[in-house]
Amino acid sequence: MSLIDRRALLASLAAAGATAAFPRLVPAQGAPLVSRPIPATGEQLPLVGLGSWRTFNVGNDPAARNACADVMRAFFAGGGKMIDSSPMYGSSQDVIGYGLEKLDALGKVFAADKVWTRSGGAGQIETSRQKWRVARFDLMQVHNLLAWREHLPMLFDMKAEGAIRYVGITTSHGRRHDEFAGVMRDYPLDFIQVTYNAVDREVEQRILPLARERGIAVIVNRPFRGGSLVRRAKRRPLPAWAAEIDCTSWAQVLLKFIVSHPAVTCAIPATTRVDHVRENIGACYGRLPDAALRRRIVAAVGQF
Amino acid sequence: MAVWLSYSLSDFLLFSARTYYRLFELYNLAVWPLHLLAGLLGAAIVVLLHWGGAWRGRAIAGVLAACWLWVAWAYLYERYDTINWMARYFAIGFAAQAAMLVVSGVVLNRLAPAAGFASRAGSGIVVFALLAQPLFAPLFGRAWTEIEVFGLAPDPTVAATIGVLLAMRRVHVSLLIIPLLWCAVTGATLWAMQAPDALLMPAVAVLAIGLAIWKIPTRGATA
Repeated sequence: MSLIDRRALLASLAAAGATAAFPRLVPAQGAPLVSRPIPATGEQLPLVGLGSWRTFNVGNDPAARNACADVMRAFFAGGGKMIDSSPMYGSSQDVIGYGLEKLDALGKVFAADKVWTRSGGAGQIETSRQKWRVARFDLMQVHNLLAWREHLPMLFDMKAEGAIRYVGITTSHGRRHDEFAGVMRDYPLDFIQVTYNAVDREVEQRILPLARERGIAVIVNRPFRGGSLVRRAKRRPLPAWAAEIDCTSWAQVLLKFIVSHPAVTCAIPATTRVDHVRENIGACYGRLPDAALRRRIVAAVGQF
Repeated sequence: MAVWLSYSLSDFLLFSARTYYRLFELYNLAVWPLHLLAGLLGAAIVVLLHWGGAWRGRAIAGVLAACWLWVAWAYLYERYDTINWMARYFAIGFAAQAAMLVVSGVVLNRLAPAAGFASRAGSGIVVFALLAQPLFAPLFGRAWTEIEVFGLAPDPTVAATIGVLLAMRRVHVSLLIIPLLWCAVTGATLWAMQAPDALLMPAVAVLAIGLAIWKIPTRGATA
């Protein structure tokens, strides 16, 4: 059995466990957890990961740290793997590390972090690793292209030495796409991270096609526009056609719009609530919208 | 430039409103009963603005400097920095203000309380900072345990300091700079959090600037 086959089998077993854990969110027919391969290696990643911007920055508050660990527990129980953070996110890295240790989940997580400094990138990455309490990061990204000319050669060296597994770059809010595309063309990136949702669709024009062409995995940030999309959507009833893609909430509809794009590997919504993370991870199950239904989602969101 | 214009204020907010106010709650629980001492010090400032000998300017400056230093260390550096990496720079600013209050007020004895309209307005701002600002938490639906108190929390400490400076004979421009900058910082933070009292500290700053401009022609200014 190949490595990828074994992973697929394990993913199916995890999905079976998740079906028992979340009977309301997983389609009745017990569909398996849907994942996508990282183009560089074929390693499978579930369609939904977990962001930590703002939500996990809770400082030293013990109650809030435990609440974040509860969110992580539900995320892993649902079959989730990728958690994303950054040194920019205050105490988020430390809170993730606390949760991973508390849940004994260091072996379950796909650890994605960022380097965010003009100099001293290696030292910052080591500090981040200690906060996460992981042996190494799976993915290290250059945050918002900050000093990418200095950091990328270092990250590729770290990858060659086995200190990290994948290299990526990030942007958000549709910023600096010209420069971003240039880096995608010139460097053998494994991942990019961009903003994409049913409203912010600029990446469909150039970035996502280029990622497919270059075999680069795509992580999507701000899937709910910082929560505002879901808040607006919830004022309206869930359309009947949501059932055609096995969605029980607007959050799942919005996430499935994103991950149904063939270039997208996963989306990373952030939340402080266990019920919301269960809802989000539920988008990893069941059918995805086709082109016609994607257009209906865009039209529906346009009426919010 | 175009990239910077694409940011909104909320893009710079690193934490949720719940986390921000919870920080005050945990801080208040940790430092209680220092609130009582802070209240006494605040009351002493109000008394000294109106009664006392030539030493009262020194005493007021000393009390304020101690409060700024405490807020710099105990709140900004020890606590706020856990959720906002900019807080360590704010702490440096607060410590610098404490040093300037010591030099200008305690060592050089340049703070001399005055009478008149602007001074009464300054005293009013001090009383507001001592008595009204702590009520904002319960007034706006937050828990009593999340109150912000003069001498312990930055906003009422800054507001009271602005009031004191306006109650002096001369306008001390250099001592007003950091308090006014903090009014902008805290106003922007609360605005990004969509807090109902976001405009309060900016309003105090506008009032302070207006009163200072009104005072300078008659009373003069000092750097």
